[in-house]
Amino acid sequence: MGSGQAAAARVFAEYCRHSYAKPLVFVLALLPFLYLLWAAAFDQLGANPAEALVRATGDWTLRMLCVVLAVTPLRVLTGSPALARFRRILGLFVYFYALLHLLSYSGFDMAFDLGDIARDIVKRPFILVGFVAFVLLTSLALTSFNRAIKALGGRNWQRLHRAVYGVAGLAILHFFWMRAGKNDFAEVAVYAAVLMALLGWRLWRWLHNKG
Amino acid sequence: MLIKTHADGFVHPVASDVTPLAVYQSRRDLIRLMATGAAGVALASWASREALAQSWAAPGQNAALARTRSNVAGALIMEKVTEYKDASSYNNFYEFGTDKADPAKNAHTLKTSPWSVEIEGLVKKPGRYALEDLLKLSAQEERIYRLRCVEGWSMVIPWVGYSLSELIKKVEPLAGAKYVEFVTLADPKTMPGVGSRVLDWPYVEGLRLDEAMHPLTLLAFGMYGEVLPKQSGAPLRLVVPWKYGFKSGKSLVKIRFTDKQPATAWNKAAASEYGFYSNVNPDVDHPRWSQATERRIGEDGLFARKRKTLMFNGYEAQVGQLYAGMDLKKYF
Repeated sequence: MGSGQAAAARVFAEYCRHSYAKPLVFVLALLPFLYLLWAAAFDQLGANPAEALVRATGDWTLRMLCVVLAVTPLRVLTGSPALARFRRILGLFVYFYALLHLLSYSGFDMAFDLGDIARDIVKRPFILVGFVAFVLLTSLALTSFNRAIKALGGRNWQRLHRAVYGVAGLAILHFFWMRAGKNDFAEVAVYAAVLMALLGWRLWRWLHNKG
Repeated sequence: MLIKTHADGFVHPVASDVTPLAVYQSRRDLIRLMATGAAGVALASWASREALAQSWAAPGQNAALARTRSNVAGALIMEKVTEYKDASSYNNFYEFGTDKADPAKNAHTLKTSPWSVEIEGLVKKPGRYALEDLLKLSAQEERIYRLRCVEGWSMVIPWVGYSLSELIKKVEPLAGAKYVEFVTLADPKTMPGVGSRVLDWPYVEGLRLDEAMHPLTLLAFGMYGEVLPKQSGAPLRLVVPWKYGFKSGKSLVKIRFTDKQPATAWNKAAASEYGFYSNVNPDVDHPRWSQATERRIGEDGLFARKRKTLMFNGYEAQVGQLYAGMDLKKYF
């Protein structure tokens, strides 16, 4: 690393540790939600606002998942350990948007009829896949605070939280299946490529470190 | 002295005397309908003008299309008409993109003039029919139909057109003609979606001849009192109100009379999901979702409950006999 780069990394690390850094990340991650709230209140969601909300919350879950999985590669590649500070808050935002996605589907599509929802999970594989991903995310969100990490022990906790890679795969499968009806995979391919790059980097690093 | 007995005073109506709520709420439409049906031409046109003025505002987006209210049974349903804004911005017209906002964005490139429709196959009078002649072939009528998409949403659209049977009678199908195939425009220069592999282009749809001859089967040239907007299938399209929306081909260029069941676009793409008949049927689910309910676009905002889907989209009284004795689960 050149001295200029090193200086830049130092400045970046300082920004990351700034007391406003986390609140800023929080506000940024909340912006899509605030936008959707505004759009719903002022009839800006088009002819089928319920469908628009179900889809938008799904899209934002995937996007936040890409962001949180990008933290570690960015941290290593840029040599900025300070980035790790944002992992938990970003992970919780994945869960936040996933929860909104589930609530939108349950409310707008299923009128919160638990029987109908259960039948739909059994009937439609893509709903089942989404549901399993949500259950996994719930277990991660519930063990995201410090006491849980302590109780589980760092090693177990880490093992459990590797489930996020499975969530990424299920989320892409869920999206792929949903779009399969229209044979329209352009957008699915973009998310799949990003997630594959992020997971591929980890695999490459793991194999590299092993050897 | 006033003596009250059981027999006088307020007479309680029996339940059968009470006007059903739906009828009460649509009584003005009912009066108007009766006027168009029973009264003379003058009164009918007065009443229909009145009705048109009240049920929606002309969007003022395209040229007005003169028409009279239809007398065909079931052609004027009394449900709240979907807002033009929604009907013209939420469309499935894959030639212009698969997102429902795409057609409204992209369809401006569609060139609707000059336009003609080729009539071919098993008919006495095949040939190329110019749009101008088709527009005048029969009196243009207003028809207010439910539109149920296979995806589980619905609208109520005031179309302008005439029964396809008028055209079919003019071209005189031969005895061997059993089916009608509808071929729609596939112009890669003006339709960005035609390059995609989503479907086999051109988009082809088909009906049995008796379905095509049913008076409710509409050859539509307009909606909301104006010529069709491009994203809705200008300059002419089919509307088959008791079938899922994809059966109603847009921007028609060819009508072919055949003795064999046509190979239709969605049936070729996924035969197990989209049958040739595709009649609206709450009891036959799509393999990937239920068809028992539907979301009426623009109805009561975000938290409106879905509606129950009606057999044949509510046109069972008119079209049920077409399918008498048929196993609708098998011929879905």
